[in-house]
Amino acid sequence: MNNVLPNLRPDLQAIAQMIAPGSRVLDVGCGDGALLEHLARNRQVDARGIELSQQNVNMCVARGLSVLQGDADTDLAAYPSQVFDTVILSQTIQATRAPRIVLDHLLRIGRHVVISFPNFGHWRIRLSLLFKGRMPQTRFLDQHWHTTPNIHLCTIADFMSLAAEADAEVEKVVALSEEGRTRTVKPDAWGPNLFAEGAIFLIRARRTTQGGQKAPPHVL
Amino acid sequence: MTAAPPHFLRPLVAPDVNVGHAMHFGPDRPLVLDAGRKLTNFSIAYMTYGQLNAARSNAILICHALTGDQFVASQHPLTGKPGWWETMVGPGKAIDTDRYFVICTNVIGGCMGSTGPADTNPETGKPYGLDFPVVTIRDMVRAQAMLLDELGIEKLLCAVGGSMGGMQVLQWAASYPDRVVSAVPIATGSRHSAQNIAFHEVGRQAIMADPDWMGGAYQLENRKPAKGLAVARMAAHITYLSEAALQRKFGRQLQDRDAVSFGFGPDFQIESYLHHQGMTFVDRFDANSYLYITRAMDYFELAADYGGVLAEAFRDCKTRFCIISFSSDWLFPPSENKRVAHALNAAAANVSFVEIDTDRGHDAFLLDEPEMFATMRGFLAAAAESCGMT
Repeated sequence: MNNVLPNLRPDLQAIAQMIAPGSRVLDVGCGDGALLEHLARNRQVDARGIELSQQNVNMCVARGLSVLQGDADTDLAAYPSQVFDTVILSQTIQATRAPRIVLDHLLRIGRHVVISFPNFGHWRIRLSLLFKGRMPQTRFLDQHWHTTPNIHLCTIADFMSLAAEADAEVEKVVALSEEGRTRTVKPDAWGPNLFAEGAIFLIRARRTTQGGQKAPPHVL
Repeated sequence: MTAAPPHFLRPLVAPDVNVGHAMHFGPDRPLVLDAGRKLTNFSIAYMTYGQLNAARSNAILICHALTGDQFVASQHPLTGKPGWWETMVGPGKAIDTDRYFVICTNVIGGCMGSTGPADTNPETGKPYGLDFPVVTIRDMVRAQAMLLDELGIEKLLCAVGGSMGGMQVLQWAASYPDRVVSAVPIATGSRHSAQNIAFHEVGRQAIMADPDWMGGAYQLENRKPAKGLAVARMAAHITYLSEAALQRKFGRQLQDRDAVSFGFGPDFQIESYLHHQGMTFVDRFDANSYLYITRAMDYFELAADYGGVLAEAFRDCKTRFCIISFSSDWLFPPSENKRVAHALNAAAANVSFVEIDTDRGHDAFLLDEPEMFATMRGFLAAAAESCGMT
């Protein structure tokens, strides 16, 4: 099962392969809907999205996707618990105001959560700060510190601790290389935190010891 | 044998006014109303545009707002003005009449050919006036469904409407989910808020305080509560605009004078504008109809029929929704529209939600808003594709 669209970004292709065919998916910050459309057409996924930009929402609607114009920071609270098989947050968590709250909602709404983000622990970024003494700018992070929407950057190790704090179980980690290659890595390996330009995490809420699900807050 | 109508019957819509098509429902097919009464011998006036295809799969129902009518895309017979949504509906437009078959009905209780309080009560031979039963949004939708049955249209490709029209669209999806492939509620909500009811009540009280209202029986006296109706329209019109748009269009500019008059004439342009809105409205709208239709909106609370849980109204609903709201609309603010989107989400329905950035207030849905047209065009194309319409 590897029918990827040629024009789909490599990180989105890697995400697509984490999605079970025929499942229900919510893509938070779905952009122009490229990933959702691919999932809907090629993997028969019941695809939904949330997107901030009105122009992008229009593009999604014209593609036949069901997308709500909204904000991850404010709109996730209105979603019922455990209604999606997978919730995707692609290259967005670093731009949210409250990443921990967003993460809690994602773990509540979806049975699985896919999160991708740029790795601030990459060696170029470390060296840039060390030798230039300036906030690093890279291909992923190409804006000045005062104009960037990325207000909550983190390293792979940082995200590991946040996931542990949120009582999430890491199911899979894929490292994104500078050349756009993807490679499954061990969650606690030190290498990716230094050499990966970005990471994709597949996580889920840890079940209680009784084997039942954590009681989700009632939001209807 | 038909007797000549008595002299006091001077309906707003005289017999020689062409209201388009009208479907009459005889005593064998009454409209069963939420108020617990039955309306017998009633008519629904409607217009159609475009051609129904052989598969009958390209029908779009457009539901009009409080003071709208069936003339969505053609000249109004009383005012001579273009259709109220010609920016949206017509050949090559977002709702493309070269592709879709568009139906627009005058709501039950209206005054443009559908039976309403200005019409003759067959039981008394006099105008209904306040004897007309109170109708609800659900009654309006029931009557539309009866018309579609009559026209042989089992399924709508889409139900579209703004404001009160959007309420009807939501009611359509709740009452007849299998008959609506897709739905576009615009600038609307699942309930009328306290503030909205309050503004309507101001309008109704203005009408009823007019001595020419005569307890609703003004037609019998050959009178018309024009002043009251005009004030109602003026008050309502303010709610259709935004503070920013009013400031931009009128500011504190004076009307045909260089200084204030130290009197109570229309010194300001905004006053003159509102007077004009009020005065032209009374020539095309019946005061009692205004009472009835505003009441229908006030009574609308979709969740009430579903144990108070809005999501229940859309349980197992296969309809695809696209909810469109406007940032500066304070009558049905984006938050009210989004509430519906969240309820649909909770019911696992297919829903898109768009908030269009504009300073034109509630009325934006009737105006030239390219983002709204683009959304509508794309959504309809996707809906048509989803149900195999060619």
